Amino acid sequence: MAASTVPNIMKQGKLAPWLYLLPALLIMTIFIVFPMINTISLSFSNKDGTASAATTCVEGKPCWGVFENYRYALTSEFDTTSASAFWYSFWKSSYGNTLKWIMLMVSGTVGLGLGFAVLADRVKYEALAKAIIFMPMAVSFVGAGIIWKFVYDYGTQQVQIGLLNAIVTSLGGAPIAYLTVPQLNTVALIVVGVWLWTGFCMTILSAALKSIPDEVLEAARVDGAREWTVFWKIMVPIIMPTIIVVVTTMVINVLKLFDIVYVMTGGNFGTDVIANRMYTEMYVNFNIGHGTAVAVILVLAIIPFIYMNIKRFMAQEAMR
Amino acid sequence: MNRDKINKLLNKIPTHLLIILMMAIWIVPTFGLLITSLRPTQAVNESGWWTVLAPPKGQREFTQNCASCHGDDGAALAGANLTDPELIRRFPRSLQLLASLNEEINGQPHMQATPVPDAQTAANIADYLKRISGINVQPRFTLNNYIDSLVGYRGTSTYRADCAAGTQPPEIKCNASDLLNPRGMGKAFINSLIVTIPATFLPILFAAFAGYAFAWLDFKGRFLLFAILVGLQVVPLQMTLVPISRLYAQLGLNGTFLGVWLFHTGFGMPYAIYLMRNFLGSLPRDLFESAYLDGASHWTAFRQLVIPLAMPAIASLGIFQFLWVWNDLLVALVFLGGTNPVMTYQISNMVTSLGSGWQVLTASAFLSMLLPMIVFFGLQRYFVRGMLAGAVKG
Repeated sequence: MAASTVPNIMKQGKLAPWLYLLPALLIMTIFIVFPMINTISLSFSNKDGTASAATTCVEGKPCWGVFENYRYALTSEFDTTSASAFWYSFWKSSYGNTLKWIMLMVSGTVGLGLGFAVLADRVKYEALAKAIIFMPMAVSFVGAGIIWKFVYDYGTQQVQIGLLNAIVTSLGGAPIAYLTVPQLNTVALIVVGVWLWTGFCMTILSAALKSIPDEVLEAARVDGAREWTVFWKIMVPIIMPTIIVVVTTMVINVLKLFDIVYVMTGGNFGTDVIANRMYTEMYVNFNIGHGTAVAVILVLAIIPFIYMNIKRFMAQEAMR
Repeated sequence: MNRDKINKLLNKIPTHLLIILMMAIWIVPTFGLLITSLRPTQAVNESGWWTVLAPPKGQREFTQNCASCHGDDGAALAGANLTDPELIRRFPRSLQLLASLNEEINGQPHMQATPVPDAQTAANIADYLKRISGINVQPRFTLNNYIDSLVGYRGTSTYRADCAAGTQPPEIKCNASDLLNPRGMGKAFINSLIVTIPATFLPILFAAFAGYAFAWLDFKGRFLLFAILVGLQVVPLQMTLVPISRLYAQLGLNGTFLGVWLFHTGFGMPYAIYLMRNFLGSLPRDLFESAYLDGASHWTAFRQLVIPLAMPAIASLGIFQFLWVWNDLLVALVFLGGTNPVMTYQISNMVTSLGSGWQVLTASAFLSMLLPMIVFFGLQRYFVRGMLAGAVKG
């Protein structure tokens, strides 16, 4: 509509738009565009960023020349002695964990968010219910990490001060160290992520649900469709575009996610994810080459979603 | 009609149950944090937060076993004649216990012939006696954790107790200047504010300029530039850390607030411009046309028309950017670190290296959540609006 047609009544110098854009473009160039290019070039360099990555190759060991950092980033966590060993090590690596995060957290947040949006629509205390689910969005990852570390607390003595283990022991079970048992701990961290982000998905999906005309739903109900059918056959198809947007947004969020893992386990006990691994390589091991290579891999994983984002934007602009 | 109503209500019960269950799961962890942060250290470590209102440890054993010979204050009843058969008949268990405790309580000797109750029960009773006789008074709720957290106290007792006894650690002065202790949350709170305010204001200002240009000015490459901007929204922060660290090292900006302001400004920009442009673009065209016809320049239109009209967008953007910067850990960790610690950094440090007790950790976490919670509950409407504008409508 208005945005694509600019009023030409006002005389406008050629320079004026650029003056308005200057501060923003300058800052974005310095802080986003230039560092991206620089990071890519650093990923082909050695530890100090002073020479080619090929110089760190060790004789008699596999080396990919200037791609040596990528070899390290892509293979160091894997056991390639046999196919089964490879898949097993992949599943436990930071890549496998990131995959688990994407699968569980995206389905968890979107599923719960959608379910809650549909249910909350039917009760009088909708606003309160939604505010409570949405509240964790205001809490930092660090705060959420503490909140849940306390829920998961594992008491070595008889008394369990962590809520979850107190429930387990009161039901007669043995207390579980949720954050140190491999595999289980990743799931425990993902639960925190779901707790944080379900409100985001719920709010957006709820807005989409509310924009479905009542007549459509009423017509189906009058025709005798059950609620379940109305949900799957009418609501979900209508809001599908929004669901896709929410899913892509969540995948991007999960790929970048770092704080929960950093605060709760520090990536130990087999909970590492790509974004935390990058931090460890750069600022704990001070291996700039390795760290930037991991960062570039992260971007490569995100590029399809950048593409989708731009395509969606183009389609929206065309509709204006 | 009436049966219909009842049926309708019954049909809704599963819905209510599901919603309430989920609300409970969402609120209970935070609620537990709040309760824990208000409990004294010892209580936190020896019982779950959900028992906070339960009778104090040992009270049940005490009433079962000794209440009849000891008054409510725990002192033995002086008048209790332990040889009186009537009294023994009325309070047999208490006499059994008194008899078994092989010690004197308030100078009243106890008999020693009967079997001792299990050690746990006796210990619980002893705890309770200490409590009610005033030897070991423990309030149910205390603000000590918050004080310890604010001043960065890391001792074995509490800040108030240590200061009263004069046994405080050397870095503690026991006056208001303790609030500026670099290890405390008080100082970190101020640092967080110093970081957040300019890092919220600057990107919105620049984004308003750029958003105006994208929405109402004509220039070459307008569409392409905006499409690139949409793509930049998704670039992960991690991608830029090393080059910016190096740049900052050369310019001496590492560990300075200026460096963090600029970084957050740069990274908040694509989303802010996107939102601003979409909002400004949806304003009625006539508005600008009539302003131009009246002889307004772009600059006047921007200042007197755009800024006031864009207030809702600025509000939601402001909340977003505020929460994002306030809650950020990665940028603060890399560019500020320990030189000017912000709240998130301080807490993550307590978890990983210093190993504070739960009472201080929970109090610190709650302090860091206080301002975002106020902002969130006060301005929720704008928050949701901004989110919807950014994520779906476009």
